[in-house]
Amino acid sequence: MSTLDIRGLEVSVITEKGAIEILKGVDLTIRSGETHAIMGPNGSGKSTLAYSIAGHPKYTITGGTVTLDGANVLAMKVDERAKAGLFLAMQYPVEVPGVSVSNFLRTAATALRGEAPKLRTWIGEVKAAMNALNMDPAFSERSVNEGFSGGEKKRHEIMQLELLKPKIAILDETDSGLDVDALRIVSEGVNRAKEANNLGVLLITHYTRILRYIKPDFVHVFANGHIVEEGGPELADKLEEDGYAEYAVS
Amino acid sequence: MSVLTTNYLTPTGREEAWRFTPLNRLAGMHDGTGIISERKSLALKDGSQNGVRVSRVPRELIAPQSYSDDVIVQRIHAESDDVLLVEVASNTHVSDVIHLHRAVGGLDGTELSRVQISIGAHSTAMIIVENRESAILGEDIEILLEPSSNLTFVTLQEWSEESIYAARHHAIIDRDASFKSITVTVGGSLVRILPTVEFSGPGSSADLSGVYFATAGQHLEHRIHIEHGAPKAKSRVNFKGALAGDKAHTVWIGDVFIRATAEGTDTYEVNRNLLLSDGARADSVPNLEIETGEIVGAGHASTTGRFDDEQLFYLMSRGIPMEEARRLVVRGFFSEIISQIHDEAIEERLMTRIDGELAKAGH
Repeated sequence: MSTLDIRGLEVSVITEKGAIEILKGVDLTIRSGETHAIMGPNGSGKSTLAYSIAGHPKYTITGGTVTLDGANVLAMKVDERAKAGLFLAMQYPVEVPGVSVSNFLRTAATALRGEAPKLRTWIGEVKAAMNALNMDPAFSERSVNEGFSGGEKKRHEIMQLELLKPKIAILDETDSGLDVDALRIVSEGVNRAKEANNLGVLLITHYTRILRYIKPDFVHVFANGHIVEEGGPELADKLEEDGYAEYAVS
Repeated sequence: MSVLTTNYLTPTGREEAWRFTPLNRLAGMHDGTGIISERKSLALKDGSQNGVRVSRVPRELIAPQSYSDDVIVQRIHAESDDVLLVEVASNTHVSDVIHLHRAVGGLDGTELSRVQISIGAHSTAMIIVENRESAILGEDIEILLEPSSNLTFVTLQEWSEESIYAARHHAIIDRDASFKSITVTVGGSLVRILPTVEFSGPGSSADLSGVYFATAGQHLEHRIHIEHGAPKAKSRVNFKGALAGDKAHTVWIGDVFIRATAEGTDTYEVNRNLLLSDGARADSVPNLEIETGEIVGAGHASTTGRFDDEQLFYLMSRGIPMEEARRLVVRGFFSEIISQIHDEAIEERLMTRIDGELAKAGH
């Protein structure tokens, strides 16, 4: 049983015009097995929340705490956060030319497990994960994210989620750019990971359609750098009807 | 041993061709003060092969097939004792790699080496030159590709730390022939290579790839010159470099000339540099001169940057520690070119060396 606890999180980015405050006190608790949807208009700070938890150097934490089972996440390096059990499925996964998917996955698994996975079982693991996501085996010899279609990038993210077995996963707009078939395949992958590892999920999305496939236990509405409303799955239905107009600021 | 004669225009360092080169580290190759040592270092590494002849011939018997305004090349043409000939007969497919290496090393005196490689019409071959010894060496390699021949030419500059290598690798490519070169430069105190190409017949092509990695104090210079004089020829240049450590200096010059006679030319060149520490300097100067508008395409690109934070973040967010992430990114950066050597042992040796250079550099 794991708990990711976010308390009063304040985050700024430094720009040419000085620091701009983006997160203005976020409180959120995610436990193993729970699925939380964070929904909100563009520019509300949803992605900043995701990247701040993962430790992206662009963001400066100016207040608050983030702990995973009591350990101070904000004091950890990026790789240490992954080792502690956090995973971020990115909206725009980064291309790493010349590094094959298979090499990347094995290097990551080795780092996270503390030893190189046995080659034979590892190949089987990767194959199964790729099969489950309807991915061509030739995929593993391509360079990480290079020349991938939008759908391939997202499948690759979810494949990592299944292989690397984190405790808490943050999915940043994993649904964006996916057609209906790809959305279903990717969602099934997330649900498998939930089931297999009692994964806690923080699902960041602009639209409600992914929630048809991944059922949230809690829905949080995000606007202007903090959570403005919370509820159960029914809150998503209300957003589907009414949109974000009532939360709009400025 | 004899003292180099000095009836040449000695470079001062102000000339365009010499402005980046630390002349005082050339062991007198440029001004004739160096002592010549006839080392005849280049030799066939493995046994002989059908259709391939390797021999040494007195200088007077073999005229240079090209002119160079480079003073060191001129000196080599005038003064080298003999010429190493590597000849592939016509209509021959040489299935095994022709492996050349330095049979002797040494830092006592300057070797002037002249090499001529000829690939007969309709023949295919691959040559790998391994430079792993100590040397003070001026070398001119002329590579003659007869019509419809095909050569892959790999040179590995893995010289010892003190070595000095000033060379021209000059390909003359006849009709419908294709030349592919991979130039790897990681070792040596000062390396200055002129990978140059002239097209002597239409429909010919050249693909020049290279990687270099300079660490503290190394000067690694590549001055490409491609002369498009024949119609419908195609050239591609892709050089990638990394630099780490104080006073690591790389120079990449990409001169491409498209003459009025070279209608239908298709050329593109790119140089990318990765600066891995402070105190290093990468000069990158692409240069394109076009005398005819009737071409297929002509372009160039040059970038010099540091580690991509986004790449490192992505890898680290999967649990990969910083150093390992950097190693992956650098290996990936170079693998595009190194993987084209298609020799696993050499590729792994180079990658391991690159890992080592990166580790030495720290961060």
